[in-house]
Amino acid sequence: MNWSEFWNMGGYGFYVWFSYGTFFLVLGLGLIMPMLKRRSLETELREQWAVTKRRKRES
Amino acid sequence: MTPTRKRRLYAALAVTIGVGVAVGLTVMALRDNMLFFFSPTEVHAGEVPEGSNFRLGGMVVDGSVTRTPGSLKVRFDLTDHGQTVPVEYEGILPDLFREGQGIIAMGSLNKDSVFVASEVLAKHDETYMPPEVADALKAVHPEGYNSENYGDDKKDTPDGT
Amino acid sequence: MNKLTLWFHKLGSPEYFYRFAGRWAPWAGWSFALLTVIGLYLGMFKAPPDYQQGESYRIIFIHVPSAWMSMFIYVAMSAAGFVGLVWRIKVAEIMAMASAPIGAAFTLVTLVTGAFWGKPMWGAYWVWDARLTSELILLFIYLGIIGLYQAIEDRRTAARAASLLALVGLVNIPIIHFSVEWWTTLHQGSTVNLMGESSMHPSMLWPLLIMAVATKLYYVMNVLQRARNMILELESNKSWAKTVLQPAEASR
Repeated sequence: MNWSEFWNMGGYGFYVWFSYGTFFLVLGLGLIMPMLKRRSLETELREQWAVTKRRKRES
Repeated sequence: MTPTRKRRLYAALAVTIGVGVAVGLTVMALRDNMLFFFSPTEVHAGEVPEGSNFRLGGMVVDGSVTRTPGSLKVRFDLTDHGQTVPVEYEGILPDLFREGQGIIAMGSLNKDSVFVASEVLAKHDETYMPPEVADALKAVHPEGYNSENYGDDKKDTPDGT
Repeated sequence: MNKLTLWFHKLGSPEYFYRFAGRWAPWAGWSFALLTVIGLYLGMFKAPPDYQQGESYRIIFIHVPSAWMSMFIYVAMSAAGFVGLVWRIKVAEIMAMASAPIGAAFTLVTLVTGAFWGKPMWGAYWVWDARLTSELILLFIYLGIIGLYQAIEDRRTAARAASLLALVGLVNIPIIHFSVEWWTTLHQGSTVNLMGESSMHPSMLWPLLIMAVATKLYYVMNVLQRARNMILELESNKSWAKTVLQPAEASR
């Protein structure tokens, strides 16, 4: 079997590869989104704690 | 378990089981309305909606497919191994359409009791195997593995019998 | 108390769970990657074409595992939600709510891959038969649970309300499973049976089963990852959360 035959999937290439594309796109987004969320949460919490600490010191 | 937890446990169980029973009863009541297609036997028994569109499911009879040259017109017979209904269709057929294949056609009966279809869908069974294995099985059962399976499989006849 | 119940009680502590999840999520993630490579290699290169459907049936290696996950995650989410409702365990509520978006994602994948398999084989992207319709309803239930959770201000009240909705929707799971037996559908019956024989050649069945395990590992990784975020957010004013994010400053 050569590669062009493989991508062609017996004439069903569009359907097969669209399906696989959807699978990896959705699962990939599902993986990346919590990672981004984690990063923004870290910055947000550090800022929040810094503010409360400063307030404590000032009072 | 504390009394509050016990109360919550019973409440959660009651919701789950209550909804289950309610939906179960609804589904039982609507069972016949949720059929996707009718069989040729039901057509002959007059159980199908008259004059309006419905779906007809069955197997394409071997050797019954005739095409009009130069057009997309096709005629074939559908059977459920009991009764047979002739079908007329003009249009593109799905790749799986072939003699001995399970088919679902959307359309209505004309006055000559011919089913005029506006859409033809192919139904395949849940069996997957390499072509060589299918050939080997065919050699043992000349009837053809797929058609034999289709006829016996209770899931494929409308009333589940 | 024996060791297992003791461990279960420990898992109920947000701090312990946070560390536990952080330790195991990468393992689940890498195992998922490894099994996906093996499963898809076997599925795309080693498995023969199907006698009826030719090469197009290879969509099965992602469609069926996704469909199983859409229902598996729903049951897991309902179980966690049930524990959260009755025992008010924070970690259980979080696990239930962290599961919902993953289940919705797998349901979406199931519907899309199914449509792109149905078009070449059946002749239509979509039909309103009982199997397809009940799976679409599952997507709407997931979206309802996520929406309800987002709509209520208090995180813990929101989790419990959404968990109750999950229990209400649980009835749809047996309907999806048995739809192909109860009604005439365009969708075929089950290929793989836990009990009894599967109607699939072993060379095709193995990649399918490997992908089924792989998607479960993806769920484990993803749900732990999401639960960690949610715990951190909920416990942000606790001292352990500060220790986790800035070990040096917290000790001062």
